[in-house]
Amino acid sequence: MTDMLTPVLSANWADDRPWKLTNYERLGGYQGLRKALTMEPDAIIGEVKDSGLRGRGGAGFPTGMKWSFVPQDNPNPKYLVVNADESEPGTCKDIPLMMANPHVLVEGVAISSFAIRSNFAFIYVRGEVLHVIRRLQQAVREAYSAGYLGKNILGTGYDLEVVVHAGAGAYICGEETALLDSLEGRRGQPRLRPPFPAVAGLYASPTVVNNVESIASVPGIIAKGASWFASMGTEKSKGHGIFSLSGHVANPGQFEAPMGITLRQLIELAGGMRDGHELKFFTPGGSSTQILTKDSLDMPLDFDSVAAAGSLLGTRALQIFDETTSVVRTTLRWVEFYKHESCGKCTPCREGNWWLVQMLRKFEAGQAQEGDIEKMLDVADNIGGRSFCALADGAVACVTSAVKEFRSEFEAGYHTPAWELFPYGKSALFGAKQAGGHA
Amino acid sequence: MSGHEFQSWFPDSGSVDMADQSSNIDEQTIAELRELAGRYPQARSALLPMLHLVQSVDGRVSPRGIEACADVLGITTAQVTGVATFYTMYKRRPAGRHHVGVCTTALCAVMGGDALIEHVSDKLGIAEGETTADGTFSLERIECNAACDFAPVMMVNWEFMDNMSPEKADQLLDDLAAGKPVSSTRGATLTSWKEAERVLAGFPDGRADEGPAAAGASLVGLNIARERGWAAPDSAPAPATQEEQK
Repeated sequence: MTDMLTPVLSANWADDRPWKLTNYERLGGYQGLRKALTMEPDAIIGEVKDSGLRGRGGAGFPTGMKWSFVPQDNPNPKYLVVNADESEPGTCKDIPLMMANPHVLVEGVAISSFAIRSNFAFIYVRGEVLHVIRRLQQAVREAYSAGYLGKNILGTGYDLEVVVHAGAGAYICGEETALLDSLEGRRGQPRLRPPFPAVAGLYASPTVVNNVESIASVPGIIAKGASWFASMGTEKSKGHGIFSLSGHVANPGQFEAPMGITLRQLIELAGGMRDGHELKFFTPGGSSTQILTKDSLDMPLDFDSVAAAGSLLGTRALQIFDETTSVVRTTLRWVEFYKHESCGKCTPCREGNWWLVQMLRKFEAGQAQEGDIEKMLDVADNIGGRSFCALADGAVACVTSAVKEFRSEFEAGYHTPAWELFPYGKSALFGAKQAGGHA
Repeated sequence: MSGHEFQSWFPDSGSVDMADQSSNIDEQTIAELRELAGRYPQARSALLPMLHLVQSVDGRVSPRGIEACADVLGITTAQVTGVATFYTMYKRRPAGRHHVGVCTTALCAVMGGDALIEHVSDKLGIAEGETTADGTFSLERIECNAACDFAPVMMVNWEFMDNMSPEKADQLLDDLAAGKPVSSTRGATLTSWKEAERVLAGFPDGRADEGPAAAGASLVGLNIARERGWAAPDSAPAPATQEEQK
């Protein structure tokens, strides 16, 4: 039985300047790379497959299997692209990871690139996190100086160039094919798949796109072995993962735990709900995952259990809302996000989210009409599954699940404003007096 | 529901301000744009960083900056403009010396972000998307900035200003207006938005070692694990003490 929390990637976050190369090396840093460079690339892929690591960026696709899809007989260069465009509402794990421990990512990039036979890797990080970008730039520079990147790495003859690339503000670039278009210097709009990036990605060449936490998990897997990693977590969701609690808990924060920890355990670790309040609803993995209620407090937070409950584990971004919160208001604000972030390529998403916002504003103002719930669900049904990428599916997930769990609150939107039913000041952290127009 | 009025689905869209032809781009800037283009297997990949660099020089995406990017990359100004108008970090009017963002995506909005942006807007006397007359501040309603455990969140020059409140915002804005040094809660001493843009373009400013490794919410789980002796199986060697590290 493993401990309730298992800090691995976060273990050094409270140390003195853990972002410095020497401090990272002192804790065994870059031993995974040294070992990897003595292995056959296919053996590294095998080890990652055996570990059971599934993508930490939301979709949960087995990382080793993704790597094995790279056609090695393709004459084009191969590329590794780290998706550090962390933007899914509620998700806030990769940013602190890269801020405090950038070298574990850089080491992971080197090992993963070697495994897929790539000589050029990119870390595509969202632009709105200046200090994280500083730390990444410095870590990459330090790694070059120490011979962990660049030409003839550690004397093995292996070459790898790494570029830290800042985005410019677009949620959609967290979608892997939009990210690739953006990295080619274009508007970030998704591509139709197939072909998948593994076959035709960056510059139409074989490309692996992986989340920060996935790549950062690789050094531990190589240094300590697949079985070490697999000794944590559940049968089908192995290893450690960072769980992010935000919202109405006493102490929001990051908790690195074996996959399968429950929300009840996490809320307890977070000091419980804020004083005198109780859980109303939460997202298990960001705003693109269906909201759940206290019925799911004891559900193991692993890929399959959350899917069985009708939602998705996503990025383990647990946004917690208490009974003061209006579901209608929250849903509106999420859909406003998707409307704003829709890239405009696919009509159902571009137009549909605009209409959902108009409808939800009426629900919020208590001015919706009988039948509007059905109309809204119909609009949602014409958005989800009808666009190139998953942004559209994520947008409607919160709408459909909110209506499913809290239909009566939407019905109240036929006559009563949400801010009367749930005075907004009560949900805010500072006094009701200051909490905005609808307090 | 009223009729289908014609209005932009993307209120932030619109073109680059061609009326303002001023620019500080010189030979040095062109050389740096070329340097950025040279860092990638295919030069056009450098366009986003190049536009960040243009902003660091001109305080916005200027017509001259667009021409310069197009020249360096051998693409049309229309292609560059198409990219510049897609991403929210590219400003088509001069941003302030300090660019203030208030997160009002759902969770931050609920936790107080809605009240906060109203407060900041009143205090600065500008609406979102505007810049103060003296050029000190610009204000933006931002989407989730990946700091939800520190909600409500404000950003200044893309540095974190965590756990914000109206009182803290007042202090922060007063200090910045007075030219006093202000540090990010998880970052460096604030410089300016233009200087930040230069770092984003890929020219480091030597401030990576400023600020903490992590703070507050980021450490909640780790602190509990340390108190209770919880660790991953066969965990890495115990962290060195601060004494040993010096």
